[in-house]
Amino acid sequence: MSKIHVETTINGEPMEFLANPGESLLDALRNTLNLTGTKEGCGSGDCGACTVIIDGRMTCSCLVLAVEAGGHEITTIEGIAQGDTLHPIQQKFLENAALQCGFCTPGFIVATKALLDKNPNPTETEIRFWLAGNLCRCTGYDKIVRAVQDAAAEMRGG
Amino acid sequence: MTFIGNKSDLRVVGTRPVRPDGVDKVTGRAVYGADATMPGQIIGKVLRSPHPHARIISIDTSKAEKLPGVKGVITSADIPNIPSEEAFVGEGPMNFRDLSLNCMARDKVLYEGHVVAAVAAINDAVADAALKLIDVKYEVLPHVIDVEEAMAPGAPILHDTLFTAGVTPKPTTPSNVAKQVRFTIGDVEAGFKQADVIVEQTYTTAPVHQAYIEPHACVAAIAADGQVLITASSQGHFMIRAYTAKLLGIDIANIRVTNAEIGGGFGGKTVVYLEPLAVALSKKSGRPVKMTMTREDVFRGTGPTSGGTIWVKVGATKDGKITAAQTVIKLQAGAFPGSPINPALMCAFAMYDLANVDTLGYDVVSNRPKVAAYRAPGAPISSFAAESAIDDLARKLGMDPIELRLKNAAKQGSKTVYGVTHGVIGYEEVLNAAKAHPHWTAPLGKNQGRGLATGFWFNIGGESTGGVFINEDGTASVVTGSPDIGGSRASMAMMAAEVLGIPYEKVRAVIPDTASIGFTHVTGGSRVTYATGMAVTQAAQAVVEDLKKRAAMIWDISPEAVEWKDGEAVPAGANAGGFDPLPLAAIALKAAKTGGPIGSEISVNAQGAGPGFGAHICDVEVDPETGHTTILRYTAVQDVGRAIHPAYVEGQIQGGAVQGIGWALNEEYIYNKKGHMDNAGFLDYRIPVASDLPMIEAVLVEVPNTRHPFGVRGVGEVPIVPPMAAVRNAIRGALDLELFHLPMSPPRVRAAVDAAKAPKAAE
Ligand code: FES
Ligand code: FES
Repeated sequence: MSKIHVETTINGEPMEFLANPGESLLDALRNTLNLTGTKEGCGSGDCGACTVIIDGRMTCSCLVLAVEAGGHEITTIEGIAQGDTLHPIQQKFLENAALQCGFCTPGFIVATKALLDKNPNPTETEIRFWLAGNLCRCTGYDKIVRAVQDAAAEMRGG
Repeated sequence: MTFIGNKSDLRVVGTRPVRPDGVDKVTGRAVYGADATMPGQIIGKVLRSPHPHARIISIDTSKAEKLPGVKGVITSADIPNIPSEEAFVGEGPMNFRDLSLNCMARDKVLYEGHVVAAVAAINDAVADAALKLIDVKYEVLPHVIDVEEAMAPGAPILHDTLFTAGVTPKPTTPSNVAKQVRFTIGDVEAGFKQADVIVEQTYTTAPVHQAYIEPHACVAAIAADGQVLITASSQGHFMIRAYTAKLLGIDIANIRVTNAEIGGGFGGKTVVYLEPLAVALSKKSGRPVKMTMTREDVFRGTGPTSGGTIWVKVGATKDGKITAAQTVIKLQAGAFPGSPINPALMCAFAMYDLANVDTLGYDVVSNRPKVAAYRAPGAPISSFAAESAIDDLARKLGMDPIELRLKNAAKQGSKTVYGVTHGVIGYEEVLNAAKAHPHWTAPLGKNQGRGLATGFWFNIGGESTGGVFINEDGTASVVTGSPDIGGSRASMAMMAAEVLGIPYEKVRAVIPDTASIGFTHVTGGSRVTYATGMAVTQAAQAVVEDLKKRAAMIWDISPEAVEWKDGEAVPAGANAGGFDPLPLAAIALKAAKTGGPIGSEISVNAQGAGPGFGAHICDVEVDPETGHTTILRYTAVQDVGRAIHPAYVEGQIQGGAVQGIGWALNEEYIYNKKGHMDNAGFLDYRIPVASDLPMIEAVLVEVPNTRHPFGVRGVGEVPIVPPMAAVRNAIRGALDLELFHLPMSPPRVRAAVDAAKAPKAAE
């Protein structure tokens, strides 16, 4: 089966790559484009470790075909910081010790970015439900939720 | 060892700096198991048994081998057939032969998902196609899943060579009961005679998976000269080295393991599954081989912890003095012996100062994946039953559950059922902190209840290596052999910075490969901050002694006349001479002239890990219609000895508590009649998500462990011990329901609601 040529934008840069018709966007990011910050925890849409933003929408990259990425704008964890300046979400995750093993962290940070872009002042309940598709087995979510609250406040200029 | 953990003197310990590996982990740069690559690598995949119990008649790999792109196929014929030998490598009991057979089945498959063959191919698709071409002929055998059924006469026997250990006379027929074990003190018969009130009940718990979010992954290569390189995510790269060497018959010196960042383990990554196969495939193919599990592989092929049946009986006098406690515990070991039955028995009543205790346990094999360690292995299972029983006892006595526990609390000098006498422990302090917490007396609404339960874990020490090296500019490098699973690099750097008297930011902590630092036991048993921290502290202390000597040399005075203060050498008083302080950086600059590089690597076999105790308060609201339980409020109090980095200590407590909440309410392996697991994915094996939970308040009580320079006690395991009984006691408080089985899922709670209503309806 021959590969398909895909042209897309990833973290603001034009990208082109070849993908098998059945390949997931997650596999293309990790294996073809070497963007291994996006993680695979399940491959079935149940853990959120593979979360990316496609045209402003939070998406599990394991549930998207690589060829479907053509013509869209994709943000991965590698595109959250500006050069060597961390995004406030990243900074607050660090300050709040919101990661233990850190494997879920890229997914949570990308999901949080999608949330705060839409809703700069979410309640605790809104945060918890927005992040309900992201599994973390280490932290019990407490410090993650606090980091999101802190980041939201900081981004609002609070 | 001198105790230097007096709180008022500490500058770095007890603060909350950003961890050294933090930026890598929030930007996606950190390299986890599946992110590691080797040049020229190909893909390895395994073929798993579809049957829970079958004899392997034949395996024909010829078609798979001929498929273009396939570089090698292995079966048990490619793995040495090693003899039975006890291993003390990971966490909990293990036998090298069993481990070999667990990695690759030989004559029989013992559970659905048991590996029978593996392939290496140029890509995923070819590897998948090759697996389909392997022809395995099985003779399917009757299987047994449940622990009681596995113990029953006439049950299908998994191992013809397994005879129950610990019974006399030695049995002559094989059994699924691998071992019978008993710990006892005093005389429970006499104790129960003194009791005014007795509770007695049988409980069950379901097997639950550690459910780390990162599936197992590794990449391995063996060169023509036999040199092996492995990069893998695990709780111990020395563990991977030891197991791989033994299973494949390779000298340890020929294996070098680099630990990738680890995406959670909780005990489940203290054992190998893939690494020996990857090396064997590399040998066959001549290429580096990368292997990654899917989530389904993780559920079907790797260790959960045991489910069990626990019978408990506790008696007390009218005024609440416990006169006797007894338990009989049957634990599933999975396909090979080695459930955490010993710690289950030892921990059940370790919170109490009791004269008469009898605990009897059985380690039972059945056609399930071999269990692996899971956070405080065994303790949560027995404590669920014991702490539920203590709560029921308090109700029967009409006593406050904290008062009942205080009345019987273990303290320094209390003797445990397993023979150890408690040293300085903080159980009473923990109970008093729980009692004083506003949560304990906050009002409750309709259908709401409050539960309390407590827990104990030994914590362990053991072998660790830590090094502290002073760089030319006066910064310091800290190296240890302990994989960082939850922020331990930060704690290591903090302890070194504290001793050296320099800012935390001037110390970097790194975890080198197995050839670059001395042996270190796995990250498990809550041992890293304790034992590896002790090695690092001692190395830093040795460096300080050396720095003092060098200052003395520079000043030309005696080393005894030099003191180390706030990162500087100073004369020890007026008699020593009127020298200006020499900062660490100034001494480092002159290292070449005063004896060469400055550094120390210390290996310890740390003893005296102080046990930890916790008390959890849980509020729930139960919906009597649906049986759904909502956790409203949760407070976890724990004696942590001394918190080096309090935020990561809190994180351990919060995370452990939430794993326990999942164990209490949702998590279980569901098997169908064919012996297949029906819920091998995160959709149907449901771990807690953010919207299921409130904030988890962690309350740190500090009763320093006098055997550690900073007073550290392990903290990672205690927090998973109390939650199941805390949730159960809360549900009981909410609707007065009789609940004895985990998980307390909505259908089960709803059934208990109906059962509670039934007699009233008849009235
Ligand atoms: S890997 Fe995509 S949701 Fe788990
Ligand atoms: S920090 Fe380990 S899974 Fe979230």
